[in-house]
Amino acid sequence: MSARVSPELAPPKISPRVTSRRRTFFRSLLHRESFCAWIFIAPALVGFSVFYLLPTFRAIYISFTDWNLLRAPVFNAGANYIKLWNDPNFWNSMKITVLYVLYNIPIQTVIGLLLAVLLARVGRSVVLRSIILAPYLIANVIAAIVWFWMLDPLLGFGNAVLHWFGFGGIAFFTDRELALPTIAAVNIWRHMGLVALLFYTGIQTIPKDIYEAARIEGAGPWKNFTRITLPLLRPTFVFVLVTSIIGSFQVFDTIAVTTLGGPGFATRTIVWHIYQEGFVSFRMGYASAMSCALFLCLAIVTVVQMRILRSGQSELG
Amino acid sequence: MDNPTSSSGRLSGRWLGYAILALFAIISLGPMWIAAKTALSDSRTLFSGASSLLPQDPTLFNFERVMGLVNPSDPRLEQTSFGKVDFYRALMNSVIFTFLAVVPQIACSAMAAYAFARLRFRGRRMIFFLFLCATMIPGVVLFIPNFILIKDLGWLNTFQGMAAPYALMTPFAVFFLRQMFLSTPRELEESARIDGANYFSIFFRVVLPIHRSALATLTILSVLNAWNEFFWPFLVGRAENVRVMAVAINAFRSQQAGGVPDWSGLMACTVLGIIPIAVLLLLFGRKVVEAFQYTGYR
Repeated sequence: MSARVSPELAPPKISPRVTSRRRTFFRSLLHRESFCAWIFIAPALVGFSVFYLLPTFRAIYISFTDWNLLRAPVFNAGANYIKLWNDPNFWNSMKITVLYVLYNIPIQTVIGLLLAVLLARVGRSVVLRSIILAPYLIANVIAAIVWFWMLDPLLGFGNAVLHWFGFGGIAFFTDRELALPTIAAVNIWRHMGLVALLFYTGIQTIPKDIYEAARIEGAGPWKNFTRITLPLLRPTFVFVLVTSIIGSFQVFDTIAVTTLGGPGFATRTIVWHIYQEGFVSFRMGYASAMSCALFLCLAIVTVVQMRILRSGQSELG
Repeated sequence: MDNPTSSSGRLSGRWLGYAILALFAIISLGPMWIAAKTALSDSRTLFSGASSLLPQDPTLFNFERVMGLVNPSDPRLEQTSFGKVDFYRALMNSVIFTFLAVVPQIACSAMAAYAFARLRFRGRRMIFFLFLCATMIPGVVLFIPNFILIKDLGWLNTFQGMAAPYALMTPFAVFFLRQMFLSTPRELEESARIDGANYFSIFFRVVLPIHRSALATLTILSVLNAWNEFFWPFLVGRAENVRVMAVAINAFRSQQAGGVPDWSGLMACTVLGIIPIAVLLLLFGRKVVEAFQYTGYR
């Protein structure tokens, strides 16, 4: 190969024959599968390495340093992780996040499932599906600010409605007890349509003759649902639960627009806490350590879920 | 199995189903309507018209002022708590950011997806597996080192800094297109190969034209994501001249954390932020819905 390329080293004396030979060499390269493959993946591979692969290792490295961005990072062994283990604020944030996930996921999944069954049985129109999906398509920030306005204790429409029913203005976002459930509600509002759509798609893949057979056996709609639909939806359940749990562990945008982690620490979820430590207090090492810990937790949660739900197997086989 | 006339119980169940679906349709769109109503109302009517479903003293003034179309000396501006809002700039920034993030992303991801789907090379499975793992990493883990990288490059508050992590690939784009490329038969590509076409001309002349529809779908999804992006642009692009729509809305809202927010202005901003998405949904509703349904198959 190198012998063929060597004429390039003497550019002034290129004869027409050499150029054509070079051209045929170039052409033959374009027919070589692995050469082309590497050219095809090169840009994506660069992007992947620079913005995914190397940062992952760098994050782990930073988590073992003390770094405020002004001075050079100082290696401090596992001091960040020891600090994290003894840091009540970290555990408090984890607790709040888990609580948020627990508010979020069951309600979102049940509403999604209900809507999916209804969409499959009575209303299959794509218009209806787009309407229900619409909240998911708008920005998190917009969903948050719209609900912040809706639930404004003085002027919000939501509180005006509550007023008709004889309630006074409720400060949903600034009440210590209500702030976190309210953020979860905004998130449920935004995601229920997506969950419904995913379950709807899952229901479409269930063969109709199974229901037909069940009907001949005399099964009612409820039995159909619990004995056929639910078990056969298991792969969809795995996907929906894994992605929505991972997603809601990382809630940030809604909090950044509405409560800023408050009142007090009431909505200081883990990603908001990491953001505060890293990008407000510039404790990059400690913030990285917490983000790596979050990564580990999510990996464990995912593996456990996959095990429990036995994702690989489907009753349809 | 659904025979609505088989019994009256079934029929009423059907109506109950419709009623629940209608209720959720209202829950989905209602808040957006209230936002639009507020944006179209005169800001002095916010208290008196809080419970109204229709705009009070309908006006486009809120849109005009957040877009900078109102003369700065206009006396009506004094009634609002944020006088100068340059949301036009923010929308233009969002357009630039979306373009820079999406166009190269689709091109590079399509090339990589073709290689993963059709070409044999050493390390293919390994690299693809690594791409797959990347979807598992929480964003916040990557944001810290990526922020430092962009800062070291001197790219803070620049469009290239904001778009760079999305511009060369996203794992989702690669998976989506690989799946699409795998799902079509190889015959056309193989006959082009027999005719002597090289891999590049096969990719550009055969593969891409066949998958126009998948590419369009992915483009819509990527545009939606980029348009709505908040966390990363918030970290690296907070300056007024580059900040995107979501970052600007957040900034407008926190500017007035102390006093009463300028709700009619904020809602005008949110409506302007929703309009492009609504247009996309109206034009390509079926495609968008099917695209999200497809993501369930990943």
